[in-house]
Amino acid sequence: MTSLLEVQNLTMRFGGLTAVDGLNFKVEKGHIHGLIGPNGAGKTTTFNMISGFYTPSDGKVLLNGEEISGLPMHHVANRGIVRTFQHSTLFGELSVLDNALVGTHMTFRPNIFAAILGLDGAARRNALDRARSSLEFFGLGGLENELAGDLSHGHQRALGMAVAYASRPDLILLDEPFTGMNPEETRQMMELMRRLCAEGTTILLVEHDMQAIMGLCDNITCMSFGKFLAEGGPSEIRNHPDVIEAYLGGARHVA
Amino acid sequence: MRNFLIWAVVAVALIILPNLVSFSQQEVLVFLTINILVVASYRLLTLTGEWSLGHVVIMGVGAYASALVTKELGLWVPLGILVGGASAAFIAFLLSYPLFRMKGFYFLIGSFAAGEIIRLMWKRFRDPFGGAKGIKGIDPMPDFSIGIYQFDFFEPVSYFYFSAVVVALCLWILWRIEKSPVGLTFHAVHWQDKLAQASGVNLRSYRTLAFVIASGFAGIAGALLAHYIGTINPNSFDVEVMVFVLTWAIVGGTGTFYGPILGCIVLTILNEIVLRELGLEQTRPLIYGLILILSILFMPNGLESIVQKFTRRKEAK
Repeated sequence: MTSLLEVQNLTMRFGGLTAVDGLNFKVEKGHIHGLIGPNGAGKTTTFNMISGFYTPSDGKVLLNGEEISGLPMHHVANRGIVRTFQHSTLFGELSVLDNALVGTHMTFRPNIFAAILGLDGAARRNALDRARSSLEFFGLGGLENELAGDLSHGHQRALGMAVAYASRPDLILLDEPFTGMNPEETRQMMELMRRLCAEGTTILLVEHDMQAIMGLCDNITCMSFGKFLAEGGPSEIRNHPDVIEAYLGGARHVA
Repeated sequence: MRNFLIWAVVAVALIILPNLVSFSQQEVLVFLTINILVVASYRLLTLTGEWSLGHVVIMGVGAYASALVTKELGLWVPLGILVGGASAAFIAFLLSYPLFRMKGFYFLIGSFAAGEIIRLMWKRFRDPFGGAKGIKGIDPMPDFSIGIYQFDFFEPVSYFYFSAVVVALCLWILWRIEKSPVGLTFHAVHWQDKLAQASGVNLRSYRTLAFVIASGFAGIAGALLAHYIGTINPNSFDVEVMVFVLTWAIVGGTGTFYGPILGCIVLTILNEIVLRELGLEQTRPLIYGLILILSILFMPNGLESIVQKFTRRKEAK
């Protein structure tokens, strides 16, 4: 059986700098997969290549066995991979409901002629239902008329995921979803991710919060300086000597 | 029901209005209606966050196209106006390929250059564009009667009624587009294009869509103008006119549908009544520049922000 997402020999060079070097890993359907590594390891670059933001210098990204690397981001999204961004990237000037409605864009394609003539009533209602249910899922039901920019940090994060979830993707890429959260917010967010996964969405996340990663992920890939370092379950990664060395520095680096 | 009443009152007011003013002011009313369409269509483009300096030239494309097909090919004028809109939209579609490789400031400059190229082509090619002198003797709208009213298009009042109906229809379509999911997508493209793209929005095609629609309506406005004044030349659509359109949009504010329209009406009244009374109409660019600076400094959200202040207060009570 092919994996949902497979990354083969993925490489990204910026001029002379090789940010990601020959990376291989697989994400199985229904898993929560973590991608970790010290700062500058190339995690976000990897994300950007999977989501189509960058075209890889070398290597392939396969979704259900089909190559998607090099496609523009909206084509990748249409294949069923939706990403969130680092920080709270939202339509801050639009209402919470409108944010979620943008997320339904792929399912309910707006048609300009139908819109002028008023023939798209059913599609608009369905899009509205979908947007509301996504907001409900992430506990934002009562906030739909607020401006997204006015929400608290935790709510903004949840909204970012609700926008992604509104298109019902097969795979959600979460770029550092726990940044700047207090332990309570982190716990709530982990709960949301487990529920998201239980609904059948596969999750690939980049994160620095080890507690969250270890508590959440079925499988973890660790990278360092653009290279694959180790892969396995949380307990394997926690005790893996190479991982410990990458994070804490090996004895031989100490002068 | 209440809305229907309001619109009925507006319609009656618009029917009466030209009969209360002088002949020259009736002409101003015609230009005002056309300018409202120009500035409202311009706003549709600004929804995607792109500001163009070629909008007036695109309007000119509509004017030239309509003038030529009616004059040279003998097409019925109302059809010619539609052809004008379609040609402007088509030219915008072609321009979108080079122009939407850029965005922001670069798009602004690119659109200016593209507009100047079109304008210089009108000047350079005497046949069919008439060179620097432009096209004269453009067919007027044919007179017709709707029973209770006899349209005589040598009278500005008649042309005002005709253009008001056309413009109202166009504004209604623009309004429907803005309030639709397509309009929401335009906003999304403006505020966070990367997130919009991650949600599956094809940025390029939505920017192009907004540009093409805005240009199509500008073309209709241009055609309306051409068949009214009967003569057009490349200088009718130069960058000075573009600066007026920008001033209307900025002074009115581009946050709402009515903002630019409000800006256009207020500045036209200021120009035609106040400045003309004072004998200062020659200094219009100077005064417009001053108004632009003052409104950016003291009213950054435009005239619409004042209206919103009043309507919000009413809601709060």
